Amino acid sequence: MKYILIIGAGSDIARPLAFLYAKSGYGIYLASRSYDQLVRDANDIKIRYNVDTAAFTFDVTQTTTHQQFYDSLPVKPAGVICLAGSLGDQQKSEQNFDEAQIVLDANFTGLVSILHIIAADFEKRKEGFIVGVSSVAGEKGRKSNYVYASAKAGFTTFLSGLRNRLYSANVQVMTVHPGFIRTKMIEGRTTPGIITASPEEVARDIFSAQQSGKDFIYSKWFWRFIMFGFKMIPESIIKKLDLK
Amino acid sequence: MKVTNWGNYPVIEATVHTPSTINDVRTVVTSSPELIARGLGRCYGDSSLNTAIVSTLRLNHILAFDEQSGNITCESGVSFAEILDAFVPRGWFVPVTPGTKFITVGGAIASDVHGKNHHIAGSFSAHLQSMKVMLHDGSVVLCSRDTHPDLFWATCGGMGLTGIILEATFRMVRIETAYIRQRIVKAKNIDAAIDAFEANKHWTYSVAWIDCLSKGDSLGRSALILGEHATKQEVGYRYRDPLKIDKGISIPVPLFLPDFVLNTYTVKIFNGLVNAKYIQGDSFVEYGPFFYPLDVFSDWNRIYGKRGFTQYQFVLPKETSRVGLRKVLERISLSGEGSFLAVLKLFGKQEGLLSFPQEGFTLALDFAISPTTLALLGELDELVCEHGGRLYLTKDVRMTKDVFEKGYSQAAKFLTTKNKFDTQKKFQSLQSKRIGLS
Repeated sequence: MKYILIIGAGSDIARPLAFLYAKSGYGIYLASRSYDQLVRDANDIKIRYNVDTAAFTFDVTQTTTHQQFYDSLPVKPAGVICLAGSLGDQQKSEQNFDEAQIVLDANFTGLVSILHIIAADFEKRKEGFIVGVSSVAGEKGRKSNYVYASAKAGFTTFLSGLRNRLYSANVQVMTVHPGFIRTKMIEGRTTPGIITASPEEVARDIFSAQQSGKDFIYSKWFWRFIMFGFKMIPESIIKKLDLK
Repeated sequence: MKVTNWGNYPVIEATVHTPSTINDVRTVVTSSPELIARGLGRCYGDSSLNTAIVSTLRLNHILAFDEQSGNITCESGVSFAEILDAFVPRGWFVPVTPGTKFITVGGAIASDVHGKNHHIAGSFSAHLQSMKVMLHDGSVVLCSRDTHPDLFWATCGGMGLTGIILEATFRMVRIETAYIRQRIVKAKNIDAAIDAFEANKHWTYSVAWIDCLSKGDSLGRSALILGEHATKQEVGYRYRDPLKIDKGISIPVPLFLPDFVLNTYTVKIFNGLVNAKYIQGDSFVEYGPFFYPLDVFSDWNRIYGKRGFTQYQFVLPKETSRVGLRKVLERISLSGEGSFLAVLKLFGKQEGLLSFPQEGFTLALDFAISPTTLALLGELDELVCEHGGRLYLTKDVRMTKDVFEKGYSQAAKFLTTKNKFDTQKKFQSLQSKRIGLS
């Protein structure tokens, strides 16, 4: 059985995505900090789709544990999907560097650590795929979340470089830029209903794009056009806008 | 936030809690003075509406499945769609299903849903082994036919008024293929349709689409649709893997259509198309189009526009069905208020206190919400009561306390049990207040 490793499996996208891979016969490894929840999820996936599943405690920001974590997997995965990330608190990040550091580690530096460990293995095996879920937020800084957004920008650039590096090793690296998603992360905030996707929709987009060998996708697709328009606005105007 | 159910009427402002663990449910239950559980909101009216709502959609794990008996244990927010997606390819089907798969297990219990096989298999509760219910004080009670049977029977069909259903165990049925062997029998009027139901009682699944604009001799002209789960032998070599079917298509209705789109003429055209589509004879169809013909159109409720709509579903005892159905159809035909969808079905015997089915015929009709239709439905209420029938709580948004009490003879017994477990009168909905179940 081939396995998929999902990092950041506490995300709302993780379950529907795991269902899609399990349905097509992959075993599922779930990794995140919320171990108890993962055990329930892993059991559920196993019952539904008759595939092998396992849950692992994993903290993106604890980089010293990463090598040991990857070595402990019973079977090395055929693909990795990285959903980890944390919005953090922009205001706290501005006042206290320790806060900013956590956001940067959770969205960028910690991912560099784990994905380099995995990339080395895939490069040696000359197979596998890595999916990194970044964000449209990383394409332009806004005062409301630029610490998070700049970490995502770093992650996007990291993935594109990694894609270039692993191309010759026959390893697919796919970057995902989701827009608004109806998740726990944005619970309580108001997002425009019509452009807010469900976690299931985003999971379907990721699965089908990965299976067809894509390099980069927006989810939903129309964010390509929204972001194109947004990026056309010059900084001299952007800086004057009250962007939430 | 704004909340509304399938009929888009009424739309209310409510606080919606979406707990993902039992402890979180407990926190919400013990800290709210009054609330009601809600799943996918496929009830048509106000059954799952109140100012405080507990959504079960994050209680969505399957907990156990026994390959030998077919017993499945899951949390209440798991949907039939998810269950079918996982288990049809493995040769299992839900024992009873309504006309949409976008309902949760919790909702199926609270509404004690019925399907096209009611005359043979009974309602959902007939296949329910046990369930866990959280009471007003946050305590969790396991109930079944043997332990706390009073709570079990009050919760089946109890519209969520006894507590929050957390988990349930029910028995699935074995299937050999994902296909249905379908037979269509045309009936030229309501009498012929009733006779056809009786003559085809041995079929596991049966339902009829009625053209309710037909008049005179052809009043109640219908297409009776019969079905059996097809065996491997029957489908033969038609399909490579008869348990797997291709991903179904989904046609969205992206916007509320203007109110004028549905009128007598468009309904006539639609009914004509339905009639033409159902050609008398036998065929094999996928389980999706057979059980869930409307699920293909996601958000099809928007065709009724922003005014919203309701489904009027009643059941009449067998003895009065023939006369009563005719009177109701005549009244509707006279009004010219065409129902887009009209479905007739034969029910078998039924247990439970508030469960809707009773032995006889049930008819379901959709109506846009307007003063004229509401007046018409008031008149239909009188006909239904006169013939000893009752209305389906899950579809209802306007029934009076009087009509409810006339139809549901065990309402008082239900209230006694509810009050025994819900001493704080915590579990209430807009509907329960309207019909005096609080």
